[in-house]
Amino acid sequence: MSFWEYANPVKFLTLSERVLPFFWALSAICIVVGLVWGFFFTPDDFRQGSTVKIIYLHVPSALMAINAWFMMLVASLIWLVRRHHVSALAAKAAAPVGVTMTLIALFTGAVWGQPMWGTWWAWDPRLTSFLILFLFYLGYMALWEAIEDPDTAADLTSILCLVGSVFAVLSRYAVNFWNQGLHQGASLSLDKETNVADVFYHPLLVAIAGFVFLFFALVLYRTGTEIRIRRTRALMAREARIA
Amino acid sequence: MPDLGKYADAVLSAYAVSILLLAVIVALTLWRGRRVRAEMQDVEARRSRDG
Repeated sequence: MSFWEYANPVKFLTLSERVLPFFWALSAICIVVGLVWGFFFTPDDFRQGSTVKIIYLHVPSALMAINAWFMMLVASLIWLVRRHHVSALAAKAAAPVGVTMTLIALFTGAVWGQPMWGTWWAWDPRLTSFLILFLFYLGYMALWEAIEDPDTAADLTSILCLVGSVFAVLSRYAVNFWNQGLHQGASLSLDKETNVADVFYHPLLVAIAGFVFLFFALVLYRTGTEIRIRRTRALMAREARIA
Repeated sequence: MPDLGKYADAVLSAYAVSILLLAVIVALTLWRGRRVRAEMQDVEARRSRDG
């Protein structure tokens, strides 16, 4: 059994129907547990006070905003190289989820920044690259809607996705490239010394897991919807030809 | 309810807006998925009926 077998829409739909209930359930459990644990059962930070509770929304959504774009990049590359329609449709399906995550990250960042930095917004490298990533998401979705031929739309949006990946990388590493701006370094790292304290870290990990499962559930479901739209259009076109 | 002190507005608005946005994307995804599935079943049924 090869990974590429799932490029077949019927096999993809069969698999996704089987795994989706688990992804929905895991995402609901982890998000509820992570947010309730973080909101009700963690202390205030000695410097940031109760605003530290925003971390359980801001970090998972920002992480998924960037990783959604990388998932779209991989799917777009598969489309460009191997011409599997399911991969192009998966990239299309992920964009509205990615833009929602980016919007949550931008909003929670602004309401967290205001009391901590004294401003809702600053043209800081990480914030600016995140805003540009948000605009790329909107442009990507608009391009899919603007082009009638689905293969041409997949080609052009894939190229846009490659270009936008620069800003996805910048969003992630901007604080390392430029030692300026208001945004702090990464809250999570493989180097444990730089992680947040354990009392915040554990519920944060649960919330992140919830956002990851939710992302997969939404993308699988939406890809199935895109496959069905494509099939319906093909059947209707056949009917029109016969008539 | 924990005492959020002077930052209550910031924390509560962050949670309210984020949960609302997550609920909207999930609801829209499920609504659109069901509509498309029903439409496809209609077309398939018509096709098998008309041969």
